[in-house]
Amino acid sequence: MTATLTPVRKRSALTKGQLPKAAPYIVLAVALILGAAILALIGFNAFGWGIVSAILFTAGLVGWSLVVEGVRKAKDKLATCLVVGAFLIALVPLFSVIWTVLVNGLPGLLDPGFLTTSMNGVTGAFDNKTVEEGAPLLGGIYHALMGTLLITVLATLISVPVGLLTAIYLVEYGEDRALARAITFFVDVMTGIPSIVAGLFAAAAFFAVVGPGTKTGAVAAVALSVLMIPVVVRSSEEMLKIVPNELREAAYALGVRKWRTILKVVLPTAISGIASGITLAIARVIGETAPILVTAGFATTINANVFSGWMASLPTFIYTQILNPTSPSNPDPSSERAWGAALVLIILVMLLNLGARLIARIFAPKTGR
Amino acid sequence: MSKRIDVKDLNVYYSKFLAVEGVNINIDAKSVTAFIGPSGCGKSTFLRTLNRMHEVIPGARVEGEVLLDGDNLYGPGVDPVTVRSQIGMVFQRPNPFPTMSIRDNVLAGVKLNNTKISKGEADVLVERSLQGANLWNEVKDRLAKPGSGLSGGQQQRLCIARAIAVEPQVILMDEPCSALDPISTLAIEDLINELKDQYTVVIVTHNMQQAARVSDKTAFFNIAGTGKPGKLIEFGDTPTIFSNPTEKATEDYVSGRFG
Repeated sequence: MTATLTPVRKRSALTKGQLPKAAPYIVLAVALILGAAILALIGFNAFGWGIVSAILFTAGLVGWSLVVEGVRKAKDKLATCLVVGAFLIALVPLFSVIWTVLVNGLPGLLDPGFLTTSMNGVTGAFDNKTVEEGAPLLGGIYHALMGTLLITVLATLISVPVGLLTAIYLVEYGEDRALARAITFFVDVMTGIPSIVAGLFAAAAFFAVVGPGTKTGAVAAVALSVLMIPVVVRSSEEMLKIVPNELREAAYALGVRKWRTILKVVLPTAISGIASGITLAIARVIGETAPILVTAGFATTINANVFSGWMASLPTFIYTQILNPTSPSNPDPSSERAWGAALVLIILVMLLNLGARLIARIFAPKTGR
Repeated sequence: MSKRIDVKDLNVYYSKFLAVEGVNINIDAKSVTAFIGPSGCGKSTFLRTLNRMHEVIPGARVEGEVLLDGDNLYGPGVDPVTVRSQIGMVFQRPNPFPTMSIRDNVLAGVKLNNTKISKGEADVLVERSLQGANLWNEVKDRLAKPGSGLSGGQQQRLCIARAIAVEPQVILMDEPCSALDPISTLAIEDLINELKDQYTVVIVTHNMQQAARVSDKTAFFNIAGTGKPGKLIEFGDTPTIFSNPTEKATEDYVSGRFG
């Protein structure tokens, strides 16, 4: 009889000792207090407190785990601490940038007319008045915002057909030919081109073809597309490659021509990835400064024609406002405008990234049951 | 609406590698022919040469003749697209188009070729094809849903419906049941029996019981060793191949004594 009874024990034979659920929080609290105490001895600062507490936390948790749970669990805790630590370190600059730009940029962005007026006619005298007499801040980024949007749209119009068609050639027709291998190589090289070189290339090309000193939004768009095309090619290529070959064969077996198969089966299947790749490529070039400086120049007035005249853009606006303040004796209004423009630029990039996710979700093949 | 296929001295190459050598076979119209044989013996490769799907693979080519009612598929100036619209194919893994609804999958052959079709005609074609694939009753209430939401067996029948919607002369099936459970397999086998009233059906299978159940004639392919070309060993009426084969190799294979 007794043999069939389950032995009554406090702990399962399959487990060793376990830390209480609240263990990490207890260790964290102790580490924070100890850290603060140690820092107080050598002079307190938040950065050092974080570092010391993190080290104490790791040592405490791993040590405790080693005593109670054994070596394997302790190693697991150590790895977890290292991974989370690396993640937090990676997040520090991101949050720091966003926080700084938000704090410095919000006053500029909230100025009335900041998004709807240009810098046309805004001189140092107005800025001096703003600082000395508290007059409202005049001038805004309308011209730069317009310029950035127009140049980026034109660059996208150039890059997407070229990049997408190149990717289609590489995946569907290249078949590892010499030409395909050469294109892949040069696309890789182009990915690494410094952006200023792309700008100089576009400027030189237009100087040679149109005439010396040609600086327009279109030149800047060409410079940006030199940077954008390799990104579009690469991302579209990857997306086309993961379309299963079975789908192509299914279409061929129905008597569908290759170009129709690509247009109606391969592209629709890959479109979500391609579209989000393109959006990320736009986000990548929208903040480029150097190529725009040498191709579109600066402007303080609204210019909606990309084919004639100098054009402002958000990055060059920030650059000039910081480097050559409108009023040299009172640079604060200019730097307020620059931070405001930087905030707008970051918001644009964030919107593009969100847009990429949205596009990917909208176009993704549906699996409703 | 079905044609016969005659193959004369067909060699199939992948670049320089001879994959299948010297095949001569006559496939009757409105019959079911099964290809059996060990893995890697070239059954699927040979099947794919019958509608020129073989050449989709870079470097692949053939020598010899494949005659569809006397017309050589590999004759000069023959468009592989025309060939494939006459000789349809069903693949090993169900592959409905993930971006299309069930209805659009059936209409894929028509729509992808931009052929104009009225809504009424399309409705008729969809119903007829799905009826033909024994799938109509299961999906008639959800034609607008994506095809990828169906079960594996239903997806395979959807692929068969898609293949018969373009009204081919011949339907090739490359191990159509190998990814399916026994019940779905039975549904497909029943379907093959019905299809042969209208179409010439050629099926590659690893399952010898299946070959015995569904086919009128059976072809046994074998390979002498790794790196050697696959060959057609024996071709004849299915009962003969399974009960009284001429070749020793065939007998060993169908009786399970194959090394």
